[in-house]
Amino acid sequence: MINSFPKLLSATLITLKLLSASLFFGLFIGLLFAILRMNKNPIINKFAYGYSYVFRGTPLLVQIFIIYFGLGQIEYLRSTMLWVILKEPYWCAIIAFALNTGAYTSEILRSAFQTIKPGFIEAGKSLGISNKIIFYKIQIPIAIRQSLPAYGNEIILMLKGTSLASTVTLMDLTGVAKYIISTTFKPIEVFIVAGSIYLFMTFLVHSTIKYLERKFSY
Amino acid sequence: MELLAFGKTGWGDELFYATLMTLAVSVTAMLIGFFFALIFTPLKLSKNKFLNLIGNCYTTVIRGVPELLVIYLFFFGGSGAIMYVASIFGYFEYIEINAFITGSFAIGIISGAYSTEVFRGAIQSIDRGQFEASKVLGIKKHIQFYKVVLPQMLRLAIPNLSNVWQITLKDTSLISVTGLVEIMRQSYIAAGSTRDPLFFYSFAAVLYLLLTYLSMKFINKLEVKYSRGY
Repeated sequence: MINSFPKLLSATLITLKLLSASLFFGLFIGLLFAILRMNKNPIINKFAYGYSYVFRGTPLLVQIFIIYFGLGQIEYLRSTMLWVILKEPYWCAIIAFALNTGAYTSEILRSAFQTIKPGFIEAGKSLGISNKIIFYKIQIPIAIRQSLPAYGNEIILMLKGTSLASTVTLMDLTGVAKYIISTTFKPIEVFIVAGSIYLFMTFLVHSTIKYLERKFSY
Repeated sequence: MELLAFGKTGWGDELFYATLMTLAVSVTAMLIGFFFALIFTPLKLSKNKFLNLIGNCYTTVIRGVPELLVIYLFFFGGSGAIMYVASIFGYFEYIEINAFITGSFAIGIISGAYSTEVFRGAIQSIDRGQFEASKVLGIKKHIQFYKVVLPQMLRLAIPNLSNVWQITLKDTSLISVTGLVEIMRQSYIAAGSTRDPLFFYSFAAVLYLLLTYLSMKFINKLEVKYSRGY
């Protein structure tokens, strides 16, 4: 049990790298699609809705497999620069996670934007503030505060989601845990150690979000 | 299109049965989850600190640990645990539990943690007056539960339970790592033997979308039924 701890701890680093990279890209994708969802053009609107529906309605495992195993099949892609990225399981996992969390984030942000009272925007307009500044200085700060609790849950879901990277040969925390279980046949001990590491990370995310919620409350 | 033909030449019938398997595992897991929720919801609502702690531990641990890790625990540890129990009763042969049972049990425990939270929330949002009124009327505890609490709780719980169902349905794709032939596993086999992963995994995605879409339709009907009078 103690022997496995250092190995699992170094694997945690990969889990954290995957998590932070996918959250970083996911946030941009989410913001982009939330803005597209609020567009009045029905085609753009439908496209953004379709994106979030497909990615939220299918398992993350399918998405990783399509990107890692499926895209390599297209001959054209193999000849482009993209192939440098797509042949690495690490980047494939990040792309899949980012697209997945992007879909959920876009829903969270959209509902946050919609709950902003129209009065705030009208007040900005009547003060003669330009639309751009209203968006950056009024809508975004309020939306961030509104979406914090839901986004905290999304971070925790994503943290658990990174465990799927182990299915495309990446040795993250779950991957190493599985390897140790299958060589030592001590599932319960390894589960306790790996599970505690995950729980500790969940706890950290949870308390950080609680702290931010207090800080941004008005 | 010939890849999806039924019979020996295509993968249509295999994928059809795999879809049924996914549904079967999801439903079994959901029911096992309800069973766990039935045990742990009262614990979470209990005033006893110790019972409360047990209930909280269950939901916190299961919801904080990746599903895949829980599945590995059951997959590698399941038969060992059963054999240990059997050895106490003097049975020393090798016991292998089938993948369906381990899989639905693992997913069921996960789904149970989410259901517990849903039921707890639903019971807590029932008006206190309802409990007091039934007490005043001298209604027995179990009748109070079936006739007063349960109908109101279901109405409040159904929208959230439909989320739990979606999570459970998507989680079943993870049991493919244990070798149970559901949609993901069948697509993996088909992709391997035809060297056409893009098509088969995309088709799997379509199947999952279809399942979530149809179940949402069904649940919406239930929701209408249980919110009569509101």
